Formats: sequence, structure tokens, C-alpha cells
Amino acid sequence: MKPPVYRLTGVEKRYGQRCVLRVEQLEVEAGRILALVGPSGAGKSTLLRLLNFLERPDAGQIEFEGQPIPNNGEVDLNLLRKVTTVFQQPRLLDRSVVDNVHYGLRLRGIKDAKAEVEAVLDRLGLKPLVHQRARTLSGGEAQRVALARALVLQPEVLLLDEPTANLDPYHVGLIEEVITEANRQQGTTMVLVTHNIFQARRLADRVAFLLNGSIVEVAEKEDFFTWPQDPRTQAFIQGDMVY
Amino acid sequence: MDVELFNITGLSLRVTGLALLISSLLGIPAGVLLGLKNFPGRRLVIALIYTGMGFPPVVIGLLVYLLLSRSGPLGSLHLSFIPPLFTPGAMVIAQIIIAFPLVAGFTMAAVMAVDPQLRQQVRALGATQGQAAWAVLSEARVGVVVSVVAGFGSIISEVGAVMLVGGNIEGKTRVMTTAIVLETRKGNFELAIALGLLLLGMSFLANLAMMRLQGRSLPQ
Repeated sequence: MKPPVYRLTGVEKRYGQRCVLRVEQLEVEAGRILALVGPSGAGKSTLLRLLNFLERPDAGQIEFEGQPIPNNGEVDLNLLRKVTTVFQQPRLLDRSVVDNVHYGLRLRGIKDAKAEVEAVLDRLGLKPLVHQRARTLSGGEAQRVALARALVLQPEVLLLDEPTANLDPYHVGLIEEVITEANRQQGTTMVLVTHNIFQARRLADRVAFLLNGSIVEVAEKEDFFTWPQDPRTQAFIQGDMVY
Repeated sequence: MDVELFNITGLSLRVTGLALLISSLLGIPAGVLLGLKNFPGRRLVIALIYTGMGFPPVVIGLLVYLLLSRSGPLGSLHLSFIPPLFTPGAMVIAQIIIAFPLVAGFTMAAVMAVDPQLRQQVRALGATQGQAAWAVLSEARVGVVVSVVAGFGSIISEVGAVMLVGGNIEGKTRVMTTAIVLETRKGNFELAIALGLLLLGMSFLANLAMMRLQGRSLPQ
């Protein structure tokens, strides 16, 4: 078995006095999809920001590919570029769709990637919009562009924060297909934040349940949904959780 | 008269152009830094920039005059790169001090108006800090252009400071605004009006250029 991509130990994140996240132990396994489920405000997005090194823990330790990441100072650029995030509310650059999808490659000094860019635009049904300005797109279109600009980078780790939040059922299906493809064909490790347990069930290999900044339970998908160990997980799965 | 008009206009454009170039080269990075980076003393610097934006140009002229005069702290050093009073160089310095806070202040405001999420998302795509700052600056480009045009407007039409430090010497430091003052006083309205119209035309062209640039970014 491959070593985990991430290993988190005693990780804490505070905003001012408030502790928004406390993860005693979490491993993200290589080439698999881990779903983070839980109600709003549970700390799911904060955890993603820590995994993308956009924010740093106040305590504890994050290891990436066996390498401990210091809790302050700049993260090595090569390491940063192995990971990317598709955000819940994508902010695109005020340029054309194709320029937005090219952008991450240009940051890496790659200028000639027309074929890759076209392939990803085509796969996500964005071909008719290539020359459209990003600011004129609908929420759902912007979400697909955000996924396209991340996928074209072929990251080792793809973090997805509610990637289908703004989409109609047809495009939810499309995006789920594309995500699964990237995972199965390229072996991309993924962490998927969703509050939709059905989506977690469709896509994930493992599922972690977050509540009030802590991980209540993490298990293989079948175990998680069939034999939840914690009564709170059970309540969440059954839709009985009141929060 | 035409040659005189040509010389005066040429000097105005050279002095203002150079001052604007230097103010922009200093002011745009300063605005980005102030807009994006938190550092000790930032609030004080911002307060100083805001003060500078509203500072009376004639007082800046007085300050530069005192600094550059032969007995002043800079003038007394007799260093080759410090221009003496009553030269175009002295006028450029005064204009830089007038335009810099405008360029820096408006650039800062434009950069701060860009959604902070954008910078984070660009970082997530693998941007270095510098690349992320550049992305924010390019998102704020309309505001940055406005800052440069505001800087241009403030110095091309400025009269008090250039009069003080330049001295309005014919063929040497006479620019459009100081010439208008002089020619009006002399009753030589023809030249004064010609210069005035030219000045207006330049301002108009600068604003037209700004609107075209804005138009490219603003939704139709």
C-alpha cells in the first residue's frame, strides 16, 4: 500500500480566540477520494485551505508525502504546485474563458498547451464559451471553468470544495464523471468537501464526518454508510441531525 | 510666437512626462504593497499618503525650494544628481512629490477593491507571491490607469510649485501654466488663450484615453 499523501497530527486552526478546527489524526491516501461531509461551519473548507497550504495550522503537524511542513514561512513552490483547489465560489480572472484555463500553466512557464486546454474545455462542455469573458458567465459555467483550470494542471492532489454547488442535475452528473475519470485514469488524489451525503456515496472511497471543527468518524465508504460507529454520524446519515 | 509656443509645450510635456513616469514607477508598486501587505507602520504610511493626496502643491513647491536652495539641506551638498533650483530637474522633483501620493493612493484603493478570494485562488493555482500580486494588479488595471491619469491631471495643470522652483525663466523653465500666468498679466491674451486651449486639449486626450481603457474592461 502506498504511503499517505497527507498525515495530520494534532492540527489546530484558530481565528482569534476561536478554535475552528482540531484534527487529532487524519490520513489522506494516495490515489483515492476522501469525502469530507458535515454541516456548514464544521470546518471543512478550513481543512481544505490547510491542505492547499493557503493557511497554516496554529498547532500540530501536517506531513505531505512524508515531509513535515513547517507551520510558518513560505511553502516550497514545487510542493505548492502539486496541489490545487476548486473553490465553492470561484473567482475567475477578468479575461476570456480560455485564458483562465491557460492561466495556471502560464504560471509554470508552460506556453504551448493548446491540446491539453482544448481537451479539458471540450470534456467540460465549455468549447462554445472559450472566447467569452469570464465575468459574463453564469455561476454554473464559472464553476466548470474553475474545474477546467484546475484539471488542466494535472495536479497530484485535487481539493474540491462543493464543486457542484451551483449546477443543474445534468452538469452535476458531468462533473462527477470528470472527477471520477481524473481519479481513476490519472490516479489523482482527491479530497471532496460536500454536505451532500449522496454525492459522497457516489464518488468517495473513504468518508470523514466533521462536526464543530472535529472529525467525528472516518471510515471506508461502505463501513461509513452501513455501520456508522458514532451516534452523531448515524443521525447525520439518516438526516436526523439537528444543527 | 509659434516657436515659443512649441518650446513651452514641449518642456511642459517633458517635465510632466518624466515626473509622471517616475511617480508611476514608484507609486504603483507602493500602492500594491499598501493594498496587499500588512506590515508595522502601514496605517501611518496610508495616513501620510492620504495627506499627500490633498496637500497644496504650492506648499510642496515651497518645501522643494527650501530643500534645493543653495543654503538648503540638499542644495548645500552640491551633488551632481541633485538638481539646483530654477531648472527643469527641480520642477520634476516637485511634480513627483505632488503626483506620487495620488498614484499610490488610487492604486492602493483599486487593489484593495479586488476580492481577496481571488488572490487566494490564484495562489492555489500555483502562483508565487509576486505572480499573485501581479494578478491582483491586472484585475485592478482600470483603477491603476485612473491613478496615473489623476497624477497626470494634477501636475500638467499645476502652477504654484513649478513657478516657485522653476522660476518661469524664458527658454529654460517656462511651462504652459506659468506662461499663461505671465502672458495674461502682460495682456498678451492671444498666447495665453492658445496655451490654455492646448492644455485643455491635453487633459481631454488623457481622459479620452482613460475612458477607452476603461471601456475595454467595463461590461457594455
